[in-house]
Amino acid sequence: MAEAAGYDPLGAAGTWRHQRAKLVVYTLLCLFALYYVLPLGVVILNSFRDLPDINRNGLIGLPHSFSLNYWSLAWDKFCVGGTCAGIEPFFFNSVSMVVPATIISTAVGAVNGYVLAKWRFTGSEVLFGLMTLGVFMPGQMVLLPWARVLGWLGLTNTTSGLVLIHCVQGLSFTTLFCRNYYVNIPDDLIKAARIDGAGFWRIFRKIVLPLSPPILIVTVIWQFTNIWNEFLFAVIFSSGTHQPITAALIALSAGGTSVHQYNVESAAVLIAALPPLLVYVFGGRYFLRGLTQGALK
Amino acid sequence: MASLTIRNLNKTFGSVAVLKGIDLEVETGEFVVLVGPSGCGKSTLLAMIAGLESVSAGEIRIGERIVNGVAPKDRDIAMVFQSYALYPTMTVRANITFGMESRGVPKQAQAEALARVAALLQIQGLLDRKPSQLSGGQRQRVAMGRALVRDPALFLFDEPLSNLDAKLRVEMRTEIKKLYQRLGQTTIYVTHDQVEAMTLASRIAVMHQGRLQQFAEPRTVYDRPANMFVAGFIGSPPMNFLPAQISASGPAVLVLEESEGQGTRLPLPDDVAQSAGDGRRVLLGIRPENLTRYDHRWADEKPCLGTIKAPVEIVEPTGAETMAVVRIGSREVIARYEPDAAPAIGETVTLAVDMAKACLFDPATEMLI
Repeated sequence: MAEAAGYDPLGAAGTWRHQRAKLVVYTLLCLFALYYVLPLGVVILNSFRDLPDINRNGLIGLPHSFSLNYWSLAWDKFCVGGTCAGIEPFFFNSVSMVVPATIISTAVGAVNGYVLAKWRFTGSEVLFGLMTLGVFMPGQMVLLPWARVLGWLGLTNTTSGLVLIHCVQGLSFTTLFCRNYYVNIPDDLIKAARIDGAGFWRIFRKIVLPLSPPILIVTVIWQFTNIWNEFLFAVIFSSGTHQPITAALIALSAGGTSVHQYNVESAAVLIAALPPLLVYVFGGRYFLRGLTQGALK
Repeated sequence: MASLTIRNLNKTFGSVAVLKGIDLEVETGEFVVLVGPSGCGKSTLLAMIAGLESVSAGEIRIGERIVNGVAPKDRDIAMVFQSYALYPTMTVRANITFGMESRGVPKQAQAEALARVAALLQIQGLLDRKPSQLSGGQRQRVAMGRALVRDPALFLFDEPLSNLDAKLRVEMRTEIKKLYQRLGQTTIYVTHDQVEAMTLASRIAVMHQGRLQQFAEPRTVYDRPANMFVAGFIGSPPMNFLPAQISASGPAVLVLEESEGQGTRLPLPDDVAQSAGDGRRVLLGIRPENLTRYDHRWADEKPCLGTIKAPVEIVEPTGAETMAVVRIGSREVIARYEPDAAPAIGETVTLAVDMAKACLFDPATEMLI
């Protein structure tokens, strides 16, 4: 492994060619990285520029003015769809949707995975196959059924309704992740625990869950990011003050005035993008570790 | 402690029959080793005794109680796994007390049992470590501790030594034997290693292709194997087989069919010849240690001594003894020599055959005659 890690694909040739090749590769990589990060840079810069500056010097340009004002405007003063409370209420709509949906879908996925990996029954493989199918099902396909279900349950245009949708829609992923992780836990552990007198839930709590942090972190990050960023269900099944932030951003840019407040909109977009970004910054290394690491070393 | 009775036990996975009509009576306090090549069904049998596999047909009794439908935790058993199956996130202490905690044993009694087992296995210093911080031998001890901490009706061992290196395996084998002699618990022990079976068992159950081949004391299994499979499986190097015919005209002899010249004649104990019958074709089974350098002085001591001349093809010194592969007819036969008296390759040697120890097998049924 040490050899593989130290292997330099460009190191085979002589020193001069070696250096030149490295230069070319890194220049190319830097250009690509720049190209990729540019839109984010433009939005960040615009969130600090005043409107005349943007209008005069173009949407893409270095700032000639600087103000933090637009962030505070975007947060709790700007008018969205008739109310002038900024995006703050929508931000918290999203929070109160994403937190329970992430927790519930992860918890249920973990139990599903535990059953499908360690308590096989006739047809459990088929069931798992069908659940995995959900991973590949486009959201548009289930819009109408969900509309009916929410109607029956009386959850139309509520955060609870969106929580329910995201829990169910996310189950395929969380079950897939957890099941594939738990399959690597040796069956002997479960057998030993059964002989030791532990039941279904005690084995789950005492043996399986303590082994789970790597995959639970992966699942939580995945679910949090996807549910926070989700747009289709948000815009279809909520309206007015019940909208999550992704849907509210549209309402914001389609505001009453014909003049686009690029700076405020930029700040709002950045605020909306912040939570998943923070989750990734703080949890990213666990995410990668969890994806590559087995249950037991 | 309890006895174990298995009657006409069958196990099928789909259309595949893994166990076919197993009958086994284990008395209280016995150490029974289930031995056989991989795929013979021994581990499945153990899992069924433990309640981890369902019974397709037949009956398992622990003591007087039929346990076919009883959950593992209610069978009053303790088991040591091949992989040790230590709970990786728990300390050694928690591993050992997990079972007692699950069964709601009071804290005080838990601490006492833990102290007793830790002292017995000398793992007092390891109690606060995690399994990943233990060596193979230490893990093995902890796994045994987890089983020993209770006083079960049955101890089950599933190839507990096969993950250890050779030296440690021998040490732990001795230790298991010591423990058994001290505790005298009814034990079922699965292994594919015939040496483990011979050294540990009070009785050996040899299994092959889902059937019980022989169930007897180690000495009997070794000296009088019930059939050619057992004869070949128990003992290393394995027993030699030579086709032969019984001739009872005059003193009973066995005529080897494939030997050099016109049939080597080996003396046969009269009772064996009688029970087999004149003229019958048989397979002579002879262990390497009963096939060795001929010594004139033995003539008086061993009444049934025959001799064979054969060329030596390979010589394998193992230290304590030297194995010589000789050719008799078309067959390679292994003879055992003292290292000092080992023959040279190519030499034609005269081998003494101790026919009192010989086993005769029926060529068709492969059963002992």
